[in-house]
Amino acid sequence: MRHALLAALTLLVLPNPTQAQAQAQAQAPAQAPAPLAAQACLGCHAAPSLIPAIAGRPAADLAAALTAFRANERPNTIMGRIARGYTEAEIAALAAHFASLSPGAAR
Amino acid sequence: MTPTLSRRGFLAAATIAATLAMPTIARAQNTTGGASARLVIVGGGFGGASAARFARIAYPWLDVTLIEPQPKFVTCPYGNLVLAGLRNLDDITHSYDGLKARGVKLVQDWVDGIDPVAKTLRLRGGTTIAYDRLILSPGIALRWGAIEGYTEAAAQTIPHGWIPGDGSQTTLLRRQLEAMEDGGVVGIAIPANPFRCPPGPYERISMIAHYLKHHKPKSKILALDAKDAFSKQGLFQDGWKQLYGDMIEWVPLSKDGKVTRVDVATRTLETEFGAKHKVAVANIIPPQSAAKIAIDAGLTDASGWVPVNPRTFESRAAPGIHVIGDANIGAPMPKSGYVANTTAKQAVASAAALLRGEAPPEPVYFNTCYSHVGEAYGISVVNIFRATDTAITEVPNAGGVSPRGDLPEQRRFEALYADAWYRSITQDAFA
Ligand SMILES: Cc1cc2nc3c(=O)[nH]c(=O)nc-3n(C[C@H](O)[C@H](O)[C@H](O)COP(=O)(O)OP(=O)(O)OC[C@H]3O[C@@H](n4cnc5c(N)ncnc54)[C@H](O)[C@@H]3O)c2cc1C
Repeated sequence: MRHALLAALTLLVLPNPTQAQAQAQAQAPAQAPAPLAAQACLGCHAAPSLIPAIAGRPAADLAAALTAFRANERPNTIMGRIARGYTEAEIAALAAHFASLSPGAAR
Repeated sequence: MTPTLSRRGFLAAATIAATLAMPTIARAQNTTGGASARLVIVGGGFGGASAARFARIAYPWLDVTLIEPQPKFVTCPYGNLVLAGLRNLDDITHSYDGLKARGVKLVQDWVDGIDPVAKTLRLRGGTTIAYDRLILSPGIALRWGAIEGYTEAAAQTIPHGWIPGDGSQTTLLRRQLEAMEDGGVVGIAIPANPFRCPPGPYERISMIAHYLKHHKPKSKILALDAKDAFSKQGLFQDGWKQLYGDMIEWVPLSKDGKVTRVDVATRTLETEFGAKHKVAVANIIPPQSAAKIAIDAGLTDASGWVPVNPRTFESRAAPGIHVIGDANIGAPMPKSGYVANTTAKQAVASAAALLRGEAPPEPVYFNTCYSHVGEAYGISVVNIFRATDTAITEVPNAGGVSPRGDLPEQRRFEALYADAWYRSITQDAFA
């Protein structure tokens, strides 16, 4: 059971980082020093753990994941409650921010 | 003139001085194209360490000094797991080496006074430090004597374990639990709102219950509360019943739960209407205020906490001083490490903007508090907040607590995610 949920949670995350990095470099926006909505993610998504990494993932995938969490269309323990607190613009900004980082970077 | 009056006068002058000074700094910044400004941060806990780290990463032109008396930081979060025997003190102790490596100048000392007009700090060691913007994250003070008989000296016998310091409070409580005979009663006194970490006392009850269940199963926990409702109450009480049966008795305010007096020698907790509970181990979480430095600097109001602008966290009494973390009045935000962390970043961004004569950013603040009800049983609350210059409001139809019901997968995952949260947030503050 536990493994089933873990597998589900892992699967719905996002393509591999190398591919993501290439795309991120192509689409990296001029970086504001501090997109503050994105900063909140680092309380859980900074250190390597079973919580999926988000740095270096393609922006479109991150935004799609958050939009699906928001609509409760992906199984989750907490992300639905979180994603519903943010606007589309904030989701787009934070997705762009994390996409612009190299995988493994945590800020 | 009374000291209070002179302090008010001082602060009024400070307001004017700060208003006048700001454009000067902004101009210096613009003409020199990258001249450094001195951001000084007081307190190397969740708020202060997060601010220092974020300032170095996001605003490399800032000259960042962090003043903290302790050589290492022992976190409150996961301290309850130390009580349970699930973590050691080392696991929750963090060095400042990571911040030093990022170019934060560390000064190991206490700040004893703030002069908001001269923009200087007086350190206990005798040094004076000048700042262009100050971020104050000194945490809380305990109101000694608010519960009669509960003094600073009494805390050496009956621990509070609510300000970890060097970890000795947590260790003392753990030792007392270890020394207690099976069948003993552990008494816990819990304060009214507002206080540091609203779900913290109930996670503590849970983690002590975890220890007792495995080592002293005939023992009981008597939780005496100065309020009638608490954070994640339904979830906690469901979990207590499921994991610990009838080990835990929670007594709300309306059932005479408010502890008003303690007899330290006999470990007797006395409530408002005179009930006396003699317990084997006592833990008193006393009423709190902002830390002493915030009071001494004249930043607190009658509530004992610091009124701030919710967008910039600038003190209402002294512009140029941003007060973050548990010390400020941030309601409806809880006094949590996560809130200290996300508001620290807003305060840094605001300070940086104001130093450059720019507008502070639009705020959005975030909180998640995980609690362990059992070793593999976690629950959470999420809040997202927006703020203006005058008010903070929680975003409706978002956030909230974990779903109730028989959801073993959810509970197990939330316990694992709590561990991941701890690693991540301490990295974001200290690494
Ligand atoms: C048992 C317990 C469990 C908790 N669990 C969680 C949790 O799971 N999640 C969560 O988000 N929060 C949790 N918290 C709350 C969290 O610990 C606090 O909200 C957080 O520490 C607040 O950060 P702060 O920067 O305001 O204060 P602190 O982290 O206390 O830091 C204040 C620092 O300022 C220093 N200082 C004080 N005065 C001076 C001075 N005059 N000069 C220089 N330095 C000074 C102190 O030495 C200290 O290091 C918990 C709290 C408790 C008690």
